[in-house]
Amino acid sequence: MTDNLWMLLAVLALSVVVGVWWRSRQGVVRTSDTGPAQRAGAAPWADLGLPHDRIVLMQMSAEICSACRQTARVLSEVAAADEGVVHVELDVAEHRDLAAALRVLRTPTVVVVGTDGTEVVRASGAMTPTQAREAVARARAEISTPAQNTGAER
Amino acid sequence: MTTQGIDPRGPRVGAGITAFLLAIVVLLGATPEAWGLLVLVTVGFGIGAVWGPGATWQGRLYRRWIAPRLDPPTEREDPRPPRFAQQVGFVICLIGVVLGLTWSAGAVPVAAAIALMAALLNAAFGLCLGCELYMFGQRLRARQSTSGGR
Repeated sequence: MTDNLWMLLAVLALSVVVGVWWRSRQGVVRTSDTGPAQRAGAAPWADLGLPHDRIVLMQMSAEICSACRQTARVLSEVAAADEGVVHVELDVAEHRDLAAALRVLRTPTVVVVGTDGTEVVRASGAMTPTQAREAVARARAEISTPAQNTGAER
Repeated sequence: MTTQGIDPRGPRVGAGITAFLLAIVVLLGATPEAWGLLVLVTVGFGIGAVWGPGATWQGRLYRRWIAPRLDPPTEREDPRPPRFAQQVGFVICLIGVVLGLTWSAGAVPVAAAIALMAALLNAAFGLCLGCELYMFGQRLRARQSTSGGR
């Protein structure tokens, strides 16, 4: 019985450690390194007809994912408040090839496409309004400064 | 009403009750009582996996005894994510039940511990283990459809 109690406590402790670690990674905005390659060839989302004059928050979602609903609400509010931003939600089951090309491992994954038509930043997991606005601000900053510099360093 | 979504507090209360039962299974260890309790939990998951979490006895208990005492829900949730969670729980517990019967009673508390961890991560942190695994299935299918030659 004592062994079983220790096993139960170990499971609880491990759950907390995994949960805290996982939560700290939710919606964190990361700079993408795929931009230069996409600039050279056609982007995998080329046939979706996304607007070129605006920043696109391209959200990859799954029907089983409740964080996707929450993130969709946040992103559509951010897009509604900012004329230069649109929100597009795509189901990974309907866009499997795109999800594979973008190496989407989790849902939701938000790929931010800049006005130059390349992926600028991305985030995985539920996004807060602050994180969504940060993603937009970083997409704007990356495009106004010459992006070749970051591409050449890699 | 059902297409509008479900009261999101229902699956959460149900997950809490299930987590409590799974914790007891872990405490009972490799015993026949633990196996019996895991069978009960597995049947509940099986009902939830097919008909949704509202159809389980935890869901009925919530609607009958708890929901009438609460305010109406402020938002409703898509029933598909919690149903998928029930399917994940069902598979884990069923493996424990079958291995407990055919191989070793030690498989019972181990399966209960894994299911408990999945339930806790979902309830306390919103981490849906099944959702993280879902993309692997999608990627496998994408690979098959490209290599299979459309």
